Amino acid sequence: MKTRITACGNWFLERFPLTKLWNDHMAHYYAPKNFNFWYFFGSLALLVLVNQFITGILLTMNYKPDAKLAFDSVEYIMRDVNWGWLIRYMHSTGASAFFIVIYLHMFRGLIYGSYKQPRELIWIFGMLLFLALMAEAFMGYLLPWGQMSYWGAQVIISLFSAIPFIGDDLSLWIRGDYVVSDATLNRFFAFHVIAVPLVLVMLVFLHIVALHEVGSNNPDGIEIKKIKNKDGIPLDGIPFHPYYTVKDIFGVGVFLIFFATVIFYMPEVGGFFLEADNFIPADPLKTPEHIAPLWYFTPYYAILRAVPDKFAGVIAMFGSIAVLFILPWLDRSPVKSIRYRGAIFKRALFLFVISFFALGYLGTQPATPSATMVARFFTLIYFGFFLLMPIYTRWEKPKPVPKRLTQLSTLDDFIPTLKATLDEVTVKDDHGYTLFGSTEFRRKPNPQGIRNVLIRLAKNLKASLD
Amino acid sequence: MNNEGVDESKRQFLTSALTVVGGIGTGYLAVPFLAQMQPSVKAMAAGAPVEVDLSKMESGQLLRVAWRGKPVWILNRTPAALETLKAMDSFLSDPNSKDSIQPDSSKNPVRSIKPEIFVAIGLCTHLGCSPTFRPEIAPHDLGPDWKGGFFCPCHGSRFDLAGRVYSGVPAPTNLEIPPHRYLKDTLLLIGETGKGGVA
Amino acid sequence: MKTLSLSILLLAFSLGVAAEENIELQQANFDPENRGSIVQGAKSFVKYCLGCHSIKHIRYQRIAQDFGIDEMKVLTEVAPQGATIYEQMHTAMNAHDSEKWFGIQPPDLSLVARSRSADWLYTYLKSFYTDRTKPLGTNNLLFKDVGMPNVFWQLQGEQKASYIEDDGQQVIEKLVVDVPGTLSEEQFDTLINDLVNFLVYVGEPVKMERERLGKYILFFLLMFLVIAYLLKKEYWKDVH
Repeated sequence: MKTRITACGNWFLERFPLTKLWNDHMAHYYAPKNFNFWYFFGSLALLVLVNQFITGILLTMNYKPDAKLAFDSVEYIMRDVNWGWLIRYMHSTGASAFFIVIYLHMFRGLIYGSYKQPRELIWIFGMLLFLALMAEAFMGYLLPWGQMSYWGAQVIISLFSAIPFIGDDLSLWIRGDYVVSDATLNRFFAFHVIAVPLVLVMLVFLHIVALHEVGSNNPDGIEIKKIKNKDGIPLDGIPFHPYYTVKDIFGVGVFLIFFATVIFYMPEVGGFFLEADNFIPADPLKTPEHIAPLWYFTPYYAILRAVPDKFAGVIAMFGSIAVLFILPWLDRSPVKSIRYRGAIFKRALFLFVISFFALGYLGTQPATPSATMVARFFTLIYFGFFLLMPIYTRWEKPKPVPKRLTQLSTLDDFIPTLKATLDEVTVKDDHGYTLFGSTEFRRKPNPQGIRNVLIRLAKNLKASLD
Repeated sequence: MNNEGVDESKRQFLTSALTVVGGIGTGYLAVPFLAQMQPSVKAMAAGAPVEVDLSKMESGQLLRVAWRGKPVWILNRTPAALETLKAMDSFLSDPNSKDSIQPDSSKNPVRSIKPEIFVAIGLCTHLGCSPTFRPEIAPHDLGPDWKGGFFCPCHGSRFDLAGRVYSGVPAPTNLEIPPHRYLKDTLLLIGETGKGGVA
Repeated sequence: MKTLSLSILLLAFSLGVAAEENIELQQANFDPENRGSIVQGAKSFVKYCLGCHSIKHIRYQRIAQDFGIDEMKVLTEVAPQGATIYEQMHTAMNAHDSEKWFGIQPPDLSLVARSRSADWLYTYLKSFYTDRTKPLGTNNLLFKDVGMPNVFWQLQGEQKASYIEDDGQQVIEKLVVDVPGTLSEEQFDTLINDLVNFLVYVGEPVKMERERLGKYILFFLLMFLVIAYLLKKEYWKDVH
């Protein structure tokens, strides 16, 4: 029997390069040994993609892409279909989780210079993935056919009408009707469930193939392939499997705890993941008082509203994403990682992060005149970060980059520091109690200690910017 | 990299432990994913018992009602039709309904609670087509032995007026009889047997 | 530069708060785990609301199942006469009549607690006051010129608005009881809270179930995490 199975296995392996694929991409794919937590988000993005595929397919079994039936069919899934609520919440939470993971993944690329030579193509495939993901999320959000679905789509499709000459015809063509209607819903459904997912899968494939060709970057921004041993294996590299597979599984565990907490205890996340107005069926005759896109689009939405001209606003909004595509050529710094960059880049990045969050917040708020002024200011910072990059990265004086990777600190290394901090911010109660044989004390917050820790944090942050 | 002094058995144990826990988790996650394809509450609502009023039914008439989306036949058999059933046994493959599905209350030669009112699910036990009602005696397409009954046009299965299958046709068993009971003399409830048990 | 951006950020936050100008919502006070209160709310809903408003996404069978009540009991005590157990809470009024009487079709209330909020519903139901200028004779402080009459006027009594002068304009300061109703203030408050509790329940019937399940799932994931951490640590001994 055993020989039979082996024979079958060999028959297969003689005809399919499974061993080669496994070795090339897992067992003999050498990754830098100092990946920190920022490197979890790539594999997590893949996990969320799989989650969206499975739950999405299950949802299509009961969802009806028809303007008359869509809203009720979602509630039907939430109530009458066995476990339909779980699958729907997994999908809706997964959508937001996807963006959280992708934004962190992109930010990792930004701070460690993962977009720089020779990884420009990986970055471009990644940006195309990001664009496809935004299209996927936007079209998916129309499907529940609530008020926000409807009016959000109405507003965003109308953006295309700002394009000179062809704009009106183009937005008409996208909608297939004079307003967002059943025709729009039906075609968005087709795009959302099959067309864009196919593009996503293809791009993920290209993204990973390109990555494994040049190899992964790392927090030090050093090319590990430069120093190899006599077998041609990078000295600072470790095989992806088993080291990073077990590490990523740990990351998956942490992620799933957050993911499950949202699904089971706060699926709406205060209106950020599921908006209250979207529990009202779409009404083409009545706009909600305040239209806000879902949180992951709000920074771009704020940029759109900040510009006083319709066409210019659309240009600015698309420009805010387009500018990311040329990032590899905007950055003129000779070093990759933020660890060895000069102070100017760190400060610029700090301002950029603030402007991104501020724009994200402003995009959720009504556009009052003063809010618009603030949004304009942050829009300038947003674009300034990218467009002035060729200038300020040339000025900055990078620190010397070591030849070999620096040591990665592990979770265990932090435990004494965490303990010391805990001791500092709390005071022990007089009365001890025994737990598992050792005496423990109740702790109360210590205002003086908390202040000290916060001041030290601020000082560290400031020091890291110099 | 330093592979010396590795405790292989500990690695093996932890790998197995994680595989088992992960496997259990995946298994539990698969349950809702598969269960969501089970009939929903809406389908169960459509499968709720159906009441049928028989007071206006004439002798020889066939009523069709839907229960769980399936056609259910209610046939008011004439005394002559009931008479033909007695002489059918030699043509049938399961004349006493031993291998067929019916509630106990209908497990008798005429396969019904009241002799004249025959209730059955109108789907052939072969591959699920709905047979046609052919009450006439010896029509020339069905041959001289036909005493009235149901004929399945899909694959030629034949049933008599008690839904019993002829021998030598593809259908394996007699027509299924759904759980049913009489709420009143002329009020039939399909989908429930005697003591409130839902089948 | 940094202080400037920070102060602008703070400004933006304060603007966001100032943009809310609706009247302050009163706090509903109910226990979402109190089954008696929810079932009582269901009864009140059928009695006072179902005449105009449907809840088309809840079945009587679901109420029986979620609260462990016998199906027959739900049909006799909660559901209106003639309803069957799998039926949803449909209103008897047809859309044509309602548009003639109220100008609009009364909305379905399946999801009203999720699109509004419990506090909003509570405040709304208690904010009707007499206003002779309106066709129905009542108005609502929270939802101005609403097309719905005060169905509780006999129970609650009639409220009237007390005005104060503000910038030369008459502004409603508060509502005061004009004609007392058949229920005491406390009894009426319980009635409304039960009703809101029921509406919150029908907004997401699965809520109790998912929160119950969540504990086990999180515990399981925590176990998974611990083993995954130990395995990772074991393998990474090679590297460190």
